Amino acid sequence: MDTGILLSMTGIDKRFAGIPALSAASFAVGRGEVHALIGQNGAGKSTLIKVLTGYHRRDAGEVVFDGRPFEVFSPQHAQASGISTIYQEINLVPYRSVTENICLGREARRYGLLDWKRMHKEAETLLSRFNVRIDVRRPLMEFNTATQQMVAIARAIGFSAKLVIMDEPTSSLDEREVAVLFDVIRQLKQEGVSVVFVSHKLDELYEVCDHVTIMRDGRTVKTAKMTEIDKIGLVSAMLGRAIDRAEGHATAFSERDERKIGKVLLSAKSLAINQSVQDVSFDVRSGEIAGFAGLLGAGRTETARLVFGIDRPRAGTMHFDGQEFTPRKPADAIAAGMGFCTEDRKSEGIVPEMSVAENMMLALMPKLSKSGIIDEKGQREIVERFIKQLGIKCSGPDQKVRELSGGNQQKVLLGRWLAMNPRLLILDEPTRGIDVGAKGEIQALIKSLADQGLAVLMISSELEEVIEGADRVFVLREGISVAEFNRHQATEDALMSAMAHGNAPVAAEAVS
Amino acid sequence: MTRVRLISMLGSYGVVLALLLLILFGWARYDYFLGFFNITSVLRYNSMFALVALGMCFVIMTGGIDLSVGSTAALGSVVAALASPQGAWIGLGAGVGAGLCVGLVNAVLVTRLKIMPFVATLAMMLAASGTALLLADNQSVSVSYESGFTSIGQDNFLGFPIPAWIAIVAYVIGWIVLNFTSTGRAVLAVGGNEDATRLMGLPADRIKFLVYLVSGGLAGLAGVILASQFGAGQPIEGVGWELFAIAAVVVGGTLLTGGVGSVGATLAGVLLLGILFNVLNFENGKGWISLSAYWQSVIRGLFLLVVVILQAKLSSRGTAAAREH
Repeated sequence: MDTGILLSMTGIDKRFAGIPALSAASFAVGRGEVHALIGQNGAGKSTLIKVLTGYHRRDAGEVVFDGRPFEVFSPQHAQASGISTIYQEINLVPYRSVTENICLGREARRYGLLDWKRMHKEAETLLSRFNVRIDVRRPLMEFNTATQQMVAIARAIGFSAKLVIMDEPTSSLDEREVAVLFDVIRQLKQEGVSVVFVSHKLDELYEVCDHVTIMRDGRTVKTAKMTEIDKIGLVSAMLGRAIDRAEGHATAFSERDERKIGKVLLSAKSLAINQSVQDVSFDVRSGEIAGFAGLLGAGRTETARLVFGIDRPRAGTMHFDGQEFTPRKPADAIAAGMGFCTEDRKSEGIVPEMSVAENMMLALMPKLSKSGIIDEKGQREIVERFIKQLGIKCSGPDQKVRELSGGNQQKVLLGRWLAMNPRLLILDEPTRGIDVGAKGEIQALIKSLADQGLAVLMISSELEEVIEGADRVFVLREGISVAEFNRHQATEDALMSAMAHGNAPVAAEAVS
Repeated sequence: MTRVRLISMLGSYGVVLALLLLILFGWARYDYFLGFFNITSVLRYNSMFALVALGMCFVIMTGGIDLSVGSTAALGSVVAALASPQGAWIGLGAGVGAGLCVGLVNAVLVTRLKIMPFVATLAMMLAASGTALLLADNQSVSVSYESGFTSIGQDNFLGFPIPAWIAIVAYVIGWIVLNFTSTGRAVLAVGGNEDATRLMGLPADRIKFLVYLVSGGLAGLAGVILASQFGAGQPIEGVGWELFAIAAVVVGGTLLTGGVGSVGATLAGVLLLGILFNVLNFENGKGWISLSAYWQSVIRGLFLLVVVILQAKLSSRGTAAAREH
């Protein structure tokens, strides 16, 4: 169906507060083509899409859509021009009816007033194309996620789109629903509609996509035919390391003395919650750094949330220090001796307007206060000790955390948990968004903590960080722990192959 | 799933049911409760609140709030009284115009300067109240009795109080706008998920602008009726009207977080609170027990609380149920 180019974006630049999110990115989609867009977190996929749909204005670059230079000012305008987007978080209005969600913005009218009868009928007709038969008068929130996803797609198609962008449409669907969605995509393709398909599930790409564009660090690094690239090729382009890259230390993790590793502290067997975590088993020993590797959406953070009692597993068992462990809330995990530095420091970690001291003491507050009154002096001592120990660069305990650099904010968070004297620390992307120098400091800090007997569970998307930092690496793939490597087995080849295929131990053994 | 249904049921029909029960109770217990005089005076008086509540209902459906409606009504009554010697229509227009001005400022503050509605309208509440006192020189302003201005609030049309007619027309228009125009549906969409609405390409800011403007205009209109009914512009009236309006809207099942709401149920909410007041007066008249105004206030507050707690319980269960699927 290649009858030419529908969309071409070239040399797209976009900065947020001076920090480049896109630099000279390019992207082209043919007519009636299903085009995959993939990349790690922060690679710039979402920004690129939002530039295309008019949500962000580009700083530089050129967009040609449907044979004409394309200047877009608002999502409304993009929609009117024939570009419809289905966002990752389903962006609909849950309280309103299915019909309204499909028809909002292009309502049918009769005598100047809304023609509900016709709108209901139109919604039913659109949905019936996907074999969805529901009462369209009911509020959207009454239906399951898959149905809501179908409603979002029906809305997009209802606008007689030439290009439909689907941002991770399958992340909340089960197998059967995914199959229906793929049928819809093929149907769209037959009708000459182009589809941009963003997903982290590599198998899916091969099933429906014709071409793939891979992004990394705001740039377009590769465009290829799906039939001409294998999974390893996809993974290595995404992670940005040529497989034959020279050896050498890229991180501040130095060799560890394996005798310092003790006995198993936390073990988890067959944890499952939903699509995101289906069957994850692993264990962490005291004094050990255990790494979680995997692509985005592999279920690493979700597993950590189960361990920390934020979510409750549907199946599986955990043992902590030999005892059965079933945390019902984070306070249970904290009481057992765990700490959790979340990936998203801004929204889940620091309280920016509070001081260094206050931020550090948040979790410790219940322990430090006597009948509700905070022991100021005890607090001061602990804070000052950690500022010195962790090398936090600040004017003093009273400086606002907002004013610190990313690396120092991360150290404050580390301090918060270390002040609790934990036995296990979960670190989710501990060095993301931190400059190179501070990164090394954090990595050295993690190692010295492990040397002192702390068990560390480290989630990282940077391959070299887990390879050089972790004593053992668990690879997660689509919610399943597919492989375990010790320090000697963990090579880039082995990890990438496990991430791509899920059946990597063969390759790993060959290396060891 | 059925719980979600139950919320909307309770929202729209619960308040109607409570209203009917209350009327039934009054009819059975008091002799003149359903008499012509009582009915018309209840409607005449409550029509002002009904107008203010209608504007509030639209603002709340977008997820906002308008605290300035009470002072705006006071300002409207003063401006209308001052302009009334020029003619009834001019008095009417001036009062509504004053309300629209306050609404316009609110709209600009909220949509252009992105000030939180609570803060923006709180500031305007003080500003409008001060302006009313300044214009009125700190006393009530007598209206002109020659120009026919007092007919608006005091006369009947087809045997029915004119203020009640005005309120009915306003509610019919409000109902049509909400249910049968794209603007109305966008109001609910903005309140339900503003980001999504923007991504869907709807003019979220224009919608919000409109609801604050309309709320101001309706409050001004309520002020006109106030001045006309009592024969004077009342700079110190309107205190607590915003709370009455919010209460009526909430009792009517409109979620304070926005996204769900009904014009009809809001009217039922106004009548429910108004008639509850009326019933308490009748009870006092019977002489069995004597409820002071304070006690009446306490009873109304408790009543409101019961309804709101019920609503919150059902809605949290409803969303939880929806999330499970």
